[in-house]
Amino acid sequence: MNKLLICLALAAGNLLSSGASFAQTMPQNGQLYKAFGEKPGLVALMDDFMVRLLADPRTGPHFQPANQQRVKEQLVEQLCALSGGPCVYKGADMKSAHANLDIKKSEFHALVEVLQQSMDAKGIPFRKQNEMLALLAPMNRDIITPPESAGKP
Amino acid sequence: MTPPLLPLLTILLLITTAAQAETGKLLLTGGVSSIEGSAGGGLTPWAVIGSNATAGETGGSAYLTHVGTRDYGLNIYGAAVGINDRYELSIARQDFNTRDTGVALGLPGLHLKQTIVGAKVRVLGDAVLDSDTLVPQVAVGVQYKSLGSTGLDGTLTALGAKRSGVDVYVSATKLFLGQSLLVNGTLRATKANQNGLLGYGATLGGNENRYSLQPEFSVAWLLSKNVAVGAEYRFMRNKLESAGRAAGLGNGLRSEDWKDIFIAWAPTKNLSLTLAYVDLGVIVPATTGSRKQTGYYLSAQVAF
Repeated sequence: MNKLLICLALAAGNLLSSGASFAQTMPQNGQLYKAFGEKPGLVALMDDFMVRLLADPRTGPHFQPANQQRVKEQLVEQLCALSGGPCVYKGADMKSAHANLDIKKSEFHALVEVLQQSMDAKGIPFRKQNEMLALLAPMNRDIITPPESAGKP
Repeated sequence: MTPPLLPLLTILLLITTAAQAETGKLLLTGGVSSIEGSAGGGLTPWAVIGSNATAGETGGSAYLTHVGTRDYGLNIYGAAVGINDRYELSIARQDFNTRDTGVALGLPGLHLKQTIVGAKVRVLGDAVLDSDTLVPQVAVGVQYKSLGSTGLDGTLTALGAKRSGVDVYVSATKLFLGQSLLVNGTLRATKANQNGLLGYGATLGGNENRYSLQPEFSVAWLLSKNVAVGAEYRFMRNKLESAGRAAGLGNGLRSEDWKDIFIAWAPTKNLSLTLAYVDLGVIVPATTGSRKQTGYYLSAQVAF
């Protein structure tokens, strides 16, 4: 019975602490921004990211026709703002930016994988990577094309 | 046992077909194959849909598991198909080697063989990507379990246990991505004794034969992209004990909760290996000196 209580307490504790620290998905004192090497770190990360995105057959076709320099700049701005850095994202909102693109969930996952490769290459610790991904992942709702409207103009 | 072969073959065929196509789930987010075939942790199903298939895709997985405890061995193989990251069909074959217990029962070489056909539907949420809300991924599932005929049939009948049963469960899975922590809770309605290996229900001695609700919990901490460690706790129905008592066996058929601590490793996108230390409590303590069935669990899964 003791074991059971410990187990329940653990599970509840995990739920509570995760709930309470949900604010952790909001940037705190720019710690995440610092972990990513601030502005120079983000610029280097996005340079690496774009090279990999273009090289990956799953993501390349989506980024080839884009203004890559501008996409990189906007990503730097966006990640900087999200991670608590001194930036304001001034680009288009995610929904309208992706409205005319037909993006599948598997392609969104591919993009996450490529970003993980870039973050690995830049030596960003796994837990910090996940903190950043937790801020970015909800954008899937605006980026992925819903199945019912896929293929339509 | 010819009937289970058909669904197994169907599933293998579907897997082969699915393997032709590219599938794009994130690493380990399809879970591993649980002992009953459903995607999840080792001992309990999760709300995730098995295989590497995400929205708009079909994928499959197959697995082999071996559990060795102090007095028993359990070999499992099975397969699952995931469709559109919403539907999951699975099948598992469990072969439980009773070893000295079989000998003590006058049934040397007794193997209890259980077939489990499962279906699961994700009803809401995305366990991985919905990282800005507390809403988990939720799925409901059903498992049809049938125990092959053995020399134990007469004993099970005498205890009022049937040789087939249906479990229904609801699972909620949430990945707290910012914390690299996955939590799952499952609530199962079941009549199974020792997960069905000792039949379903136990009416001897006037036992009520209703379903009981058993909770199951898993926590997993992601150490890296392809390694997770965690623990599980699965409450077990213990109705066979009173049937056993009515049969003059004292607490010789008692069962206890199952638990494990595990490490799962995905060396590639298509392969995962899970190693666990399990504690299945007592299993037929009458013939095993009431020893806790602790031991190891080793599982390999391929997924597309």
